[in-house]
Amino acid sequence: MPEIVIDNLSKVFSTKDGTVEALKNVNISIDKSDIYGIIGMSGAGKSTLVRCMNFLEQPTEGKVLIEGKSLGDYSKKELQKQREKIAMIFQHFNLLMQKTVLENVCFPLYIQKMKKKEARKKALELLEIVGLADKKNAYPAQLSGGQKQRVAIARALASDPKILLCDEATSALDPQTTSSILELLKDINGRFGITIVIITHQMSVVREICSHVAIMKEGEVVETGLVSEVFSHPKSKVAKELILKDTDVQSDEKLLVTEDRIKHGERIRITFSENSAFEPVIANLVLTFAEPVNILKASTKNIGGVAKGDMILEFKKDSTKKEEMKAYLKEHGIEIEEVAENGVDT
Amino acid sequence: MEWTPEIIQMIWKGIGETLYMTILSTALGYLFGLPMGVLLAVSDKEGLSPNPVLYKILDVVANIVRSIPFLILLILLIPFTRLLIGKSTGSTATIVPLVVAAIPFIARMVESSIKEVDAGVVEAAKSMGAGNFRIIVKVLLVEARTSLITGCTIAIGTILGYSAMAGTVGGGGLGDIAVRYGYYRWQTGIMIVTVILLIVLVQIFQSVGMQVASRLDKRK
Repeated sequence: MPEIVIDNLSKVFSTKDGTVEALKNVNISIDKSDIYGIIGMSGAGKSTLVRCMNFLEQPTEGKVLIEGKSLGDYSKKELQKQREKIAMIFQHFNLLMQKTVLENVCFPLYIQKMKKKEARKKALELLEIVGLADKKNAYPAQLSGGQKQRVAIARALASDPKILLCDEATSALDPQTTSSILELLKDINGRFGITIVIITHQMSVVREICSHVAIMKEGEVVETGLVSEVFSHPKSKVAKELILKDTDVQSDEKLLVTEDRIKHGERIRITFSENSAFEPVIANLVLTFAEPVNILKASTKNIGGVAKGDMILEFKKDSTKKEEMKAYLKEHGIEIEEVAENGVDT
Repeated sequence: MEWTPEIIQMIWKGIGETLYMTILSTALGYLFGLPMGVLLAVSDKEGLSPNPVLYKILDVVANIVRSIPFLILLILLIPFTRLLIGKSTGSTATIVPLVVAAIPFIARMVESSIKEVDAGVVEAAKSMGAGNFRIIVKVLLVEARTSLITGCTIAIGTILGYSAMAGTVGGGGLGDIAVRYGYYRWQTGIMIVTVILLIVLVQIFQSVGMQVASRLDKRK
């Protein structure tokens, strides 16, 4: 039996200027211990969908089944009890700013009427897991974004949830912090078998940790499946667009892979100006010198209406012609910079 | 000439009465104004438990009381004050109109402090299974703490000002002295002293309040 079933769910918001259909006949089924990604551009209805999973939003039509039981059938008190098992983390962390880190983690435990001493003990263990035990007496304002999200994760875990809903949990974080938070979520998933639902607009997040993905557009789910499947054979237009957007991140990763395989040769970064971008400079270079160069990364950016090409080239190991080749590139109006091993400017 | 021991004695008594009226009125004002402000914030459209009828009633009541000038409220309430206290002059009697005027003023201030609390934190508490009462007590009032204390400081200043105004109808306190000696007897010296004392009192309340508020604020 799937852990979460979204059955023909619709949500209509009435506003002054008429009604907005935030969700249209959404069907999703999420298995236990999955890490399930729900991705879409902003306004696609993903945040509404995730809020229906703990009934922070009441759906207009359709059902949400958690372990086979419909959330709509519960009374208010029973629903509150259920929510203890469906934890949630948020884009802006939503910590109590006037309480210490430890008290924040204790909060859900106090709701469950746990004794203060016991609650603190448990909260400390959770802070241990997220690596912030030393910050227990700090206030959220003294923490970085990543640390705040770690506190929020510890808080979410306090009630021993079966499900963890993540609403754009990494969107306010830089790429490095994002990775470390995703790593932590993965670890939690593995350690406790918690089903994780991740709402995001970043394909990289889905690619990094999700096993399954649902792609949303304008309130509808347009594609669902295994992440590997959707990535290699995207069917919908939205999926293709999202994957295309993600290529920048991917090429960085490919660069790292190539680095592992060939670890030699001098590297340079070359920048094409306006004119040179139209000439097959690299092809001509190779033909002229009869020596291959390895293209490690290439991208084109539109800077102020001008197409700027950016490439990282690697010369053959012990190349004797590399100085001549550099001169050739310069002659053709290309800017050259030396780059370090990892592709970063020296 | 005018600085006899009796006069100085009277000014000391005036200070005592002013403090008595201000502090007791503020306390009683919060006793009713705080729940009223919470209800206003909670029953509003974006509140924890929207209730348009309740909101409208509280809203209208607050607006009516707030739109009556204090001096007129003071006179309007004389029968009510007599009923409650048995007389309509003196500092204890003045507490009645002061509290009536303070309740909607405090309620509005509490309402706006609570509405400042980040909706996300409330949502987080809901997602953890917290009920409305717990959210009010453990989230809204705690997160709004600094703003509530700042509001209280403003309320004290305003009530102190009102208490002096009550002096015109024999309300006791420093305002009473200022009116009787400065206005009716042309003893400007006494009036200036009482005014300075009122200023000093407001200053003390203001700086103590602000210091407490900032010491308790953990957002920085």
